[in-house]
Amino acid sequence: MLLIRNGRVLDPASNTDAPRDILLKDGRIKEIAPAGKLSVDSGVETFDASGLIVAPGFIDMHVHLREPGQENSETIETGTLAAARGGFTAVCCMPNTRPVNDNASITRFIVDRAKVHGHVRVWPIGAASIGSKGEAISDIAAMREAGIVAVSDDGKPIATAKLARQIMDYCRSLELPVIEHAEDVSLAAGASMREGVASTRLGLPGMPAAAESVCVARDVQIAELTGARLHIAHLSAKSSLEQVRFAKQHGLHVTCEVTPHHFTLIDEDVTYDSRFKMNPPLAAREDREALLQGLADGTVDAISTDHAPHEPAIKDVEFDKAPFGILGFETALGLALEQLVHSGKIRLMRMVELFSSGPARVLGKERKLTAGEQADITIFSLDRPWTYRVKESASKSRNSPFDGRAFKGGPVATIVGGKIVHRA
Amino acid sequence: MTYCFRDLLALEPLSADELSFILDQSKPFQEIQRNPLKKLATLRGKTVVLAFFENSTRTRLSFGTAASRLGADTMNLQAEASSLKKGETLLDTANNLNAMKPDCFVMRHSSSGAADFVARHLEIPVVNAGDGTHEHPSQGLLDALTIRDRKGTLRNLNITILGDIAHSRVARSNIHLLGKFGCRFTLCGPAMWVPREMEKIGPPGTPIRCVYRVEEALEDADVIIVLRVQTERLHEPSLSQNDYILLYQLNAERMRLAKPDALILHPGPINRGTEITPEVADGPQSAVLEQVTNGVSVRMAILYLLMVGASEGSAHPALAGKAEPPSKETAHASD
Repeated sequence: MLLIRNGRVLDPASNTDAPRDILLKDGRIKEIAPAGKLSVDSGVETFDASGLIVAPGFIDMHVHLREPGQENSETIETGTLAAARGGFTAVCCMPNTRPVNDNASITRFIVDRAKVHGHVRVWPIGAASIGSKGEAISDIAAMREAGIVAVSDDGKPIATAKLARQIMDYCRSLELPVIEHAEDVSLAAGASMREGVASTRLGLPGMPAAAESVCVARDVQIAELTGARLHIAHLSAKSSLEQVRFAKQHGLHVTCEVTPHHFTLIDEDVTYDSRFKMNPPLAAREDREALLQGLADGTVDAISTDHAPHEPAIKDVEFDKAPFGILGFETALGLALEQLVHSGKIRLMRMVELFSSGPARVLGKERKLTAGEQADITIFSLDRPWTYRVKESASKSRNSPFDGRAFKGGPVATIVGGKIVHRA
Repeated sequence: MTYCFRDLLALEPLSADELSFILDQSKPFQEIQRNPLKKLATLRGKTVVLAFFENSTRTRLSFGTAASRLGADTMNLQAEASSLKKGETLLDTANNLNAMKPDCFVMRHSSSGAADFVARHLEIPVVNAGDGTHEHPSQGLLDALTIRDRKGTLRNLNITILGDIAHSRVARSNIHLLGKFGCRFTLCGPAMWVPREMEKIGPPGTPIRCVYRVEEALEDADVIIVLRVQTERLHEPSLSQNDYILLYQLNAERMRLAKPDALILHPGPINRGTEITPEVADGPQSAVLEQVTNGVSVRMAILYLLMVGASEGSAHPALAGKAEPPSKETAHASD
């Protein structure tokens, strides 16, 4: 039993924004009542949430935990601890491990490891094609039995329009979303960052925005053809967002996510420091403006971190030789508060939705604070000052461009299945 | 006014005064190139690493000559012979060379920002001798020195750069340096080599225009910088050579469109008969070989400034013997 007392409960599903006490029992929410109205035994463990926000458990639907295969960069244990510290109660791990999660035995390995070592829930995403090679469809139904919540060839796009069509058809029948890493690989080939004045000045090969939006256009049309649930991962370009908006207006089951780094940084921020290198790359100023608009107006369904740890030995090299990707868990909420809420761009309720009920809906799940629901809860502060020190990160890797950044507000406690898994 | 420089990684961050200062510091070294005995003892006992991770003949020899004329020893690393072929990272290679206790690290690398990356990890001065498609600071300086000698000034000139601008670190260094002296730029070449974004990379307010007709580019030019058509740095299929010659080759007929005293520069090595005809490359308006001579002087100035530093109030600090012990015997050329 755990009593969360005196918090400001924010629940997008019921549009609640009020002082409430929440009693957790046996991994579920037992009761919610106006502050001070719950009668509980004096011996019950209590968490005083005075001055804090109590929200449905945050979900990060796009992460890389690197296990199996790249345990020098991250493991399920270290990654999920970093996730817990970031306020996340569940994470969806992408299948580009070594070997690729393209069959039920790998999925079971991840699920089993997570049960033993995971600090938060781990919901694997299966590879859409065998080895994510873009040739043949993987064992999607078997992986669904083992616990996947979506399919993706993340790291690269589903290779051809034909295969994308087959996978979307099949996944519609299996009721799984197809998550697309939208990229025209010929337009993006050799690029280290977004093409523009910054890339031209730095002499770094760039990819145009069209490298993403050409693929989004393809997939939106195939989603229309098949009626599948299509989710665009780490959407970064204005032109891509416009196509998602168009698809939604036409009633297609198309959703998208945006990362904190894309709504915070732009290509002009890039230096010859590979901690600014990720794919899709930091976009143009006008793209960021469009993403902020999309986060506000509902076009964007989720904030996902694309947490992509890389050990220093492979990341701390020449910019063009470094792999893509940066850490995301521990700075996501701080950045969202800073860039979206404190700046007045979106309401706090909307931000909570983007972290909880939004991604849940994309995955065909629910996230709400109601009696009987799983006791997954994120408690955070709106004003507590803190500074991110990457050397103190729970992640095994150090590749964050936000090292040393001062934040106002961030995660305070992360509760999974009624247990406090992290407390700041 | 004197300036201190920790590294020389790019010309973009340097002010017009700092750039003029480096050019002024090159003057006494230009004198030395005319002496029968060219060797100084200024940097005796010092060691300069020449780490050329990308092939180079001219720049490597030029830095090597500059170092030896200042009395320094050199350690040479060349791409083919290096352990990079065995999979060693750039950082490990740099740290290993650094462990041999050199005093300066001159490097060329095919990755933009590679010198910047190494400089973040090494305590000793790092000189960028060309990084990918980013900058080539010593080339930008030697071009400016050549232009200043020939034209008498760097102020307000019309500079035309011809060729593969997108992949040229020389063009970027030229723009960052000459733009600070009020020069106007016309960039010309096939559209995929002359991206419009180039118009915005110069110092604030620098007029830069991209044109696709060579005739338009040559009109009113005071200086024409012809770039090498460098197939080795192309990330996409290159333009047909025949088309390039047809549309953009600098030949005698086209030179008649430029000012009669227009100066021609080329960073070398020249592809004779491709980007420029031999008669133009060897003609009276060409300063190609002066560039090479000035390259040694500029690089002597760079090494001197980074390893010794200028002494206040001396017009010829390298020769005046005012610096620290290594330069006590520098008043006269020795050896």
